[in-house]
Amino acid sequence: MKTHLNTLYVTTQGAYLRKQGDAVVVSIDRVDRLRLPLINIGAICCLGRVACSPLLLGACAQKGIAVTFMTEYGRFLAAVNGFTPGNVLLRREQYRRADDLCASAAIARACIIGKLANYRTVLRRAIRDHASSQASTRIEQVVQRIDRRLKTLAEILTLDQLRGVEGDATSEYFSVLNDLIVIQKNDFVFSGRNRRPPLDPVNAMLSFCYSMLTNDLRSACEACGLDAAVGFLHRDRPGRPGLALDLMEEFRPVIVDRLVLSLINRQQVRAKGFEVDPGGGVRMDESTRKEIVAAYQKRKQEEITHPFLGEKMTLGLVPHIQARLLARHLRGDSDAYPPFTWK
Amino acid sequence: MLVIVTYDVSTTDKAGQRRLRQVAKICLNHGQRVQNSVFECWLNNENFVSLKHQLLTAMLPDQDSVRFYFLGSNWQYKVEHHGIKPSLNLDDPLII
Repeated sequence: MKTHLNTLYVTTQGAYLRKQGDAVVVSIDRVDRLRLPLINIGAICCLGRVACSPLLLGACAQKGIAVTFMTEYGRFLAAVNGFTPGNVLLRREQYRRADDLCASAAIARACIIGKLANYRTVLRRAIRDHASSQASTRIEQVVQRIDRRLKTLAEILTLDQLRGVEGDATSEYFSVLNDLIVIQKNDFVFSGRNRRPPLDPVNAMLSFCYSMLTNDLRSACEACGLDAAVGFLHRDRPGRPGLALDLMEEFRPVIVDRLVLSLINRQQVRAKGFEVDPGGGVRMDESTRKEIVAAYQKRKQEEITHPFLGEKMTLGLVPHIQARLLARHLRGDSDAYPPFTWK
Repeated sequence: MLVIVTYDVSTTDKAGQRRLRQVAKICLNHGQRVQNSVFECWLNNENFVSLKHQLLTAMLPDQDSVRFYFLGSNWQYKVEHHGIKPSLNLDDPLII
């Protein structure tokens, strides 16, 4: 059983990471600030102007520690991978299924069922936690509409039909997301999803967390020998981790959306932590960014019981488990891919 | 599990000093130095076996000693720290 190891986030600009023995040393302005044995970390994430020594990158690739480089604002730049691990037969089967549109639709459908079910849970929890009557009737209506969409997924649909159902449900869900913000309502207003660049603080936080989540899913896929680039719902596009994005659908509401909402509602982020670019894009400052990364890591440490396996595990381990369940399905050891649904 | 590793290596001769450096290096690869010859190591069984093997090969049983204290996974209630050099909790978010 794989254990959920911690991720080292380096956000200090100008930091340098090198290998010393079997440990990673982080130095800032030529002063060593942190020394961690490689056996204790599962991934390294470098945000912004952070450099790694070639020997460290080599050692990480060999030990299966994912090293990713992102911009300060969380846009993905590069990842360092060694030889692709795992079974070439599994990957071939993945490509065969991805080429077969019917088989792809079956897996894509499972991912969307997971996503919609989790949307519903997030909304229901919001109604239960802080129901103001007006908002909760609105949310309740959306829950019912998402419910109806879930039922349409019982039939066999084509990929395009699936995308339609998913898109409709997502826009309905986002249409009430603003009602889930109960504190700091004037500073944080969500009027719809936008990105590249995000135009308000809520979108900036969502985008930033989604890209951290993508990295986690990408390494989960790679770690069990799947090709993170070849997806079923997300078709091939150069530079896009299609499979990671497919598997991520189930986790978006559970891990990220709820996290962003509670950061706002618990006043862990403030409006003054964000600045507006001349181009209209919104960026967060360094301390806000650190706060968000810390909260994201804490969220992954939370213990849950896996709905399909019935085992207790940290939330951060679930992506790895889901990738393995998918691999098991591709190998033919199970009839369907069971998506992660959160109760 | 959390394992505390402590050692005493005789440094009366050159070979002893060499052994001391070796032992320290092995410990550094597995955990964090909390005091000069005290290390806190977060290990699974596999890592512990490897650490133990390396240390036992490096030390001389008639001149040095190595001790392992097993604090398990509920170590938080068993460790108290006062003064300088507080240790890092590897379960907390690692952000620098």
